[in-house]
Amino acid sequence: MSLETLVNQPYKHGFVTDIESETLPPGLTEDTVRAISAKKQEPDWLLEFRLKAFRHWLTLTPPTWANVSHPPIDFQDIVYYSAPKPKKQLNSLDEVDPELLRTFEKLGIPLSEQKQLANVAVDVVFDSVSVATTFKTKLAEAGVIFCSISEAVQRHPELVRAYLGSVVPYTDNYYAALNSAVFTDGSFCFIPKDTACPMELSTYFRINNQESGQFERTLIVAEERSSVSYLEGCTAPQFDTNQLHAAVVELVALEDADIKYSTVQNWYAGDADGKGGIFNFVTKRGLCKGARSRISWTQVETGSAITWKYPSCVLLGDDSTGEFYSVALTNHMQQADTGTKMIHIGKRTRSTIISKGISAGRSHNSYRGEVKVMPGARDARNYSQCDSMLIGDRSEASTFPTLDVANPTARIEHEASTSRIGEDQLFYFAQRGIGSEEAISMIINGFCKDVFTQLPMEFAVEATKLLGLKLEGSVG
Amino acid sequence: MIRPEAPILLEVRGLHARIGDVEILKGLDLTVRAGEIHAIMGPNGSGKSTFSKVLAGHPDYEVTAGTVTFLGQDLLTMEPEDRARAGMFLAFQYPIELPGVSNAAFLRLAYNSVQAARGGEELDPLEFDDFIREKCQVVEMNPAFLDRSVNEGFSGGEKKRNEILQLAVLEPALAILDETDSGLDIDALRVVSAGVNQVATPDRAIVMVTHYQRLLDHIQPDFVHVMAAGRILKTGGKELALELEERGYDWIKADAGVLR
Repeated sequence: MSLETLVNQPYKHGFVTDIESETLPPGLTEDTVRAISAKKQEPDWLLEFRLKAFRHWLTLTPPTWANVSHPPIDFQDIVYYSAPKPKKQLNSLDEVDPELLRTFEKLGIPLSEQKQLANVAVDVVFDSVSVATTFKTKLAEAGVIFCSISEAVQRHPELVRAYLGSVVPYTDNYYAALNSAVFTDGSFCFIPKDTACPMELSTYFRINNQESGQFERTLIVAEERSSVSYLEGCTAPQFDTNQLHAAVVELVALEDADIKYSTVQNWYAGDADGKGGIFNFVTKRGLCKGARSRISWTQVETGSAITWKYPSCVLLGDDSTGEFYSVALTNHMQQADTGTKMIHIGKRTRSTIISKGISAGRSHNSYRGEVKVMPGARDARNYSQCDSMLIGDRSEASTFPTLDVANPTARIEHEASTSRIGEDQLFYFAQRGIGSEEAISMIINGFCKDVFTQLPMEFAVEATKLLGLKLEGSVG
Repeated sequence: MIRPEAPILLEVRGLHARIGDVEILKGLDLTVRAGEIHAIMGPNGSGKSTFSKVLAGHPDYEVTAGTVTFLGQDLLTMEPEDRARAGMFLAFQYPIELPGVSNAAFLRLAYNSVQAARGGEELDPLEFDDFIREKCQVVEMNPAFLDRSVNEGFSGGEKKRNEILQLAVLEPALAILDETDSGLDIDALRVVSAGVNQVATPDRAIVMVTHYQRLLDHIQPDFVHVMAAGRILKTGGKELALELEERGYDWIKADAGVLR
């Protein structure tokens, strides 16, 4: 089989669920923002937050510095609220629309607790609304709050109010401002002090509506000496138009807390000619607020027509640690501009960046990273390694590392490499009896090993399979 | 070992092949029987390396005429990996580096692919570890090389040794050695040759492509072929190689009327 046929594997999650939705007409005005807030029966402070964000957003223009290109987005052509219509107030999972249950079943995310992975609690977000959260009771026994952010606004307003926008303010960037104005749902996790979260927490995002944008908001707070591992997965149906996904994720780690955030992103990427697919413009940032806290981002990015995403760490607490492990795979006409920022503020703060970019087809894959050491960050350390792999001869890889060091005691290391899976390598494998699919999988797994070992085990297996699928049929 | 009654492993008839618009092989004939060792010599650009790559199925080359029968099968319709599984092995002139792919995992996957095709027993990682350590001794290779990425950062000699290790692991019916001796010092040449000789049993055959007599001091050929202008112009015994060492190639080319 040739390299070309090998990368071109159909998208498996491209179906649409036929479900009745409550939808606002397309377009964005102050009234839209008020309508969303009213539908969710939000307190005044949250409406105020949204309105401030909206008014600020109006003053901004979309960023153009990323190494991606797309036609201008018509923000008046997007639906900002689309929710599967509940038949009545849901009290348990049994009352979730069976069509929805079947949808997630089909995606391999069974929602009934008997069928689940025993140790993973799941919040599922369909279009922008959370439809179910599992294992709530078991988590509550440990004092862990894990629910949709809408529910958190109603039940734990003081917590949401204290932390919402504290890491990613609405003034941060164009898409963060937009999200702050119109976010409809997302997940909220709160791990109280001295608590190790008893299971993996997971949110599964599904975009279904063709016109709707998805603007979810995730907030994770880990109090002193607590720890949590959180997983995020995403898919979308196959449309020949583009859907906008502009999420904001905020993480807060207090003294000695440990947050591990893993993503396997498999949004629909568009077809071989670049038609359709998700625009994934996401702001993710973690604040290591307390001393000795640690935030670790692991991402496997395989989907989306365009990915624009820089999960970052602000290392405020002394001796805090930030980590970023990333595999970004692009094929066909996909574009990815992704990387991280590590902002060293506290003393003896440490950060590690391992980025692996794989580009096939005619795709563009860029790593963009910034390591910033502030004047007060004595003895800060950073290690960065950015490797790119090209498959075929029509793909592109770029690296844009920025170092900004304002303290002479800092120790910064940066390594980079570029390699190519060539016909000669595949011929060498073939001459030893190994077919091209196995050959590519061996090369890719070797290349991504340092990142895959950071993923929770079930996810590592998923990720390996996913990369194999995405690359099936890719070498010419 | 020449045995006229031994089964034919490889039969090449009137082979023409080109890369892009350039025809390189122009009517090549060769018959290889089990137990035989062949040396193909010839000046630069005569098509020796092309011939070995065409046999292995390299995608850059297009066969335009002729037939190749390998163990009774039509070789030219087979995919490269199927040729390998059927028992054809090419030791590369320039072995390819595979960063991130461990030598041990690569060798095991190769071994198991070939075993599966032969209906032989596949080995799990522990069983394979015992097996491969024994094979390492054949080429006097430090087993530490097994944990490294395939050929990455290997010296020229180490790469060639690694090729012969693969040869010893896969035990093919036909091994083609494409300038395996180039870039080897005397010690490495001795080790590599010993490895090849160990594999050369009466049921297998070896085809060596080389420029130099010195390899033939270590691996004694039954036949020496002189190739030029995309064909085999002359075939003789091992004494022909000595004559070439003395007289060069021009007299053969002149005899065949291809001297430019």
